[in-house]
Amino acid sequence: MKSYQRKLDIRNGCVDLSHGSGGRAMAQLISGLFHEAFGNEWLARGNDQSAFDVPAGRMVMTTDGYVVSPLFFPGGNIGSLAVHGTVNDIAMAGARPLYLSASFIIEEGFRFSDLKTIADAMGEAARAAGVHIITGDTKVVERGKADGLFISTAGVGVVPDGLDLSAEKARVGDRVLISGTLGDHGVAIMSKRQNLAFETEIVSDSASLHDLVAKMVAAGGKGIRLMRDPTRGGLAATLNEVAQQSGLGFGLQEEAIPVKPGVAAACELLGLDPLYVANEGKLVAIVSPEVADTVLAAMRAHPLGHDAADIGEAVADDHHFVQMATSFGGGRIVDWLSGEQLPRIC
Amino acid sequence: MKYADEFRDKEIALGLSKAIRAEADPQRSYRFMEFCGGHTHAISRYGLEDMLPKNVRMIHGPGCPVCVLPAGRIDMAIRLAMRPDIILCVYGDLMRVPGSQGASLLKAKARGADIRMVYSTIDAVRIADENPAREVVFFAIGFETSTPPTAVMIRLAEKKQLENFSVFCNHVLTPPAMQNILESPDIRSIGRVEIDGFVGPAHVSTIIGTAPYEFFAEEFGKPVVISGFEPLDMMQAILMLVRQVNEHRHEVENQYSRAVTRDGNLRAKEEVSDIFELRDQFEWRGLGQVPYSGLKLKRSYARYDAEIRFGMNELRVDDNPACECGAILRGVKKPVDCKLFGTVCTPETPMGSCMVSSEGACAAHWTYGRFRDHQQRRAS
Repeated sequence: MKSYQRKLDIRNGCVDLSHGSGGRAMAQLISGLFHEAFGNEWLARGNDQSAFDVPAGRMVMTTDGYVVSPLFFPGGNIGSLAVHGTVNDIAMAGARPLYLSASFIIEEGFRFSDLKTIADAMGEAARAAGVHIITGDTKVVERGKADGLFISTAGVGVVPDGLDLSAEKARVGDRVLISGTLGDHGVAIMSKRQNLAFETEIVSDSASLHDLVAKMVAAGGKGIRLMRDPTRGGLAATLNEVAQQSGLGFGLQEEAIPVKPGVAAACELLGLDPLYVANEGKLVAIVSPEVADTVLAAMRAHPLGHDAADIGEAVADDHHFVQMATSFGGGRIVDWLSGEQLPRIC
Repeated sequence: MKYADEFRDKEIALGLSKAIRAEADPQRSYRFMEFCGGHTHAISRYGLEDMLPKNVRMIHGPGCPVCVLPAGRIDMAIRLAMRPDIILCVYGDLMRVPGSQGASLLKAKARGADIRMVYSTIDAVRIADENPAREVVFFAIGFETSTPPTAVMIRLAEKKQLENFSVFCNHVLTPPAMQNILESPDIRSIGRVEIDGFVGPAHVSTIIGTAPYEFFAEEFGKPVVISGFEPLDMMQAILMLVRQVNEHRHEVENQYSRAVTRDGNLRAKEEVSDIFELRDQFEWRGLGQVPYSGLKLKRSYARYDAEIRFGMNELRVDDNPACECGAILRGVKKPVDCKLFGTVCTPETPMGSCMVSSEGACAAHWTYGRFRDHQQRRAS
């Protein structure tokens, strides 16, 4: 399988339909680009699947699809995002992520150089997180059918003994901790959207949170009730979801919620609310009041939890409202997002 | 955030709240209408109601252009957008506004209509430039603030000699609607609530100035205080209104003097009057037909008027008979008084105008304030 007539022209070439046809061109793309980027013993075997040893304990599994536009944004690209997002979904169970799969749906005409940048970013993010991308798939579709590139992933991990994080464990009086500033990812993406380009120094917070989670679990143990990563729909969607699932309500303090000035300004301009804007490197933890301070200190000691804050508490509420005392002095609900969060027009 | 946090300061807010409490006469009630959706949104988002005494009540007016757009106009736009030669450019807020029988632009887009969300009128001109073989129509909507950008866009299209560009004009005017709320005979069938004063528009007034309200204040004997959209602006404006009422004055006062002058933006007004003229009447969701409250393109710009260009027929759709938007917009009823509120009518599936945009009275109350209803029920 080594002797192709010509090397993949990564600098000038692009994907065409033959790269998805199962022939030699596809094999060349997979070995020349993806294996190179992900480099591990499982892929090197070239099987249709990968076998791996299962450690003792409970396993978690997750799956995710990535359709971000634009594909490249300040602070990352669709490749790094796919790894971070999948790792984080595993980590929110308190689990250690182990293996990922990645499947690529590529539009014909997509440049090899862009694909390589994306695959390299995935490989790098995986190595940094200590996970391996051990199986994958490549499909090529006609121009205009995939907006460049879609990636879908799956991931497995293993949960430490005795840990079972879940929404129904939340109790009245539990504290709500957030690992850092809200809305960075959403604003970074929007700043690059066609029609909307604006200048900002904000970069996406896209990052793997498993190490932060491990430190939190070490500090708080079973005092940690549950963790979630507030991605689409932001903190508001996450807390409303947890309120429904746990049968509780939440009371937040707006003043305690960290938001970067640049994000606040962009949201102001676009008529958005940072509480509803997506994050890709943040987590919300509901923890018992006894361990709240210890867990918060552990978060702040970690580079990804530097701006962590205690932003409110779980309360008894038959209506499962998420309420917030505004920094202005009044009260309001933080409701589910309805529809897309679009700028108001006047 | 500089230039924003200064207008959201808690200490100053508490000071203003105290002053309103001290100066409001406990023997009487004060009912002020904030005309603009921007004000309604600020009241709800910052929880201003919690900072006012019980006898100072805010009535949420019809100043949300998305909310007052009648379902028939949405149906007209959908019918147009379904034509294969048309690209319809709209502001995002319009996408979910209900037409008749649950139709919306969002659903039409899913069914294949080429509807593009734009953030500025310039984007619509660019799309027309890039698609010379297609007809590009801009769904123009909004009060006096959004009309000048539409005028600028038409000028630009003219300069670029774009043959494939037109405007579906739904621009409306503030003063006629305020007047209608006070004097329309419809009020008698609904009943009426005496309004003691108006919080006047912020952005609209940057264009039209404070002068147009002078006649209004004089004729109807109602104080008007032009206010900015920040929560401290509103608290100060409410205090100014309380003082006018207490002193039996009915003047136009300008709280938003950092942006609004007496004459407004002369250049913008000139652009608008060059290109647009008054319609005899225009339908407002919740208010019905309001005389001289809408704009259309002048005859000399008829080639840019989508209604003429495509022979669009006026469509009329009756609102749900159980919907109380008309009474809510006039302050006669509150959102919770409507049987549809929070049952079949929610921001996900809005039935009436007030639930459509986050600036509508019902949507704002649902999204930010409905916990108060439960608190009140528990207290009583």
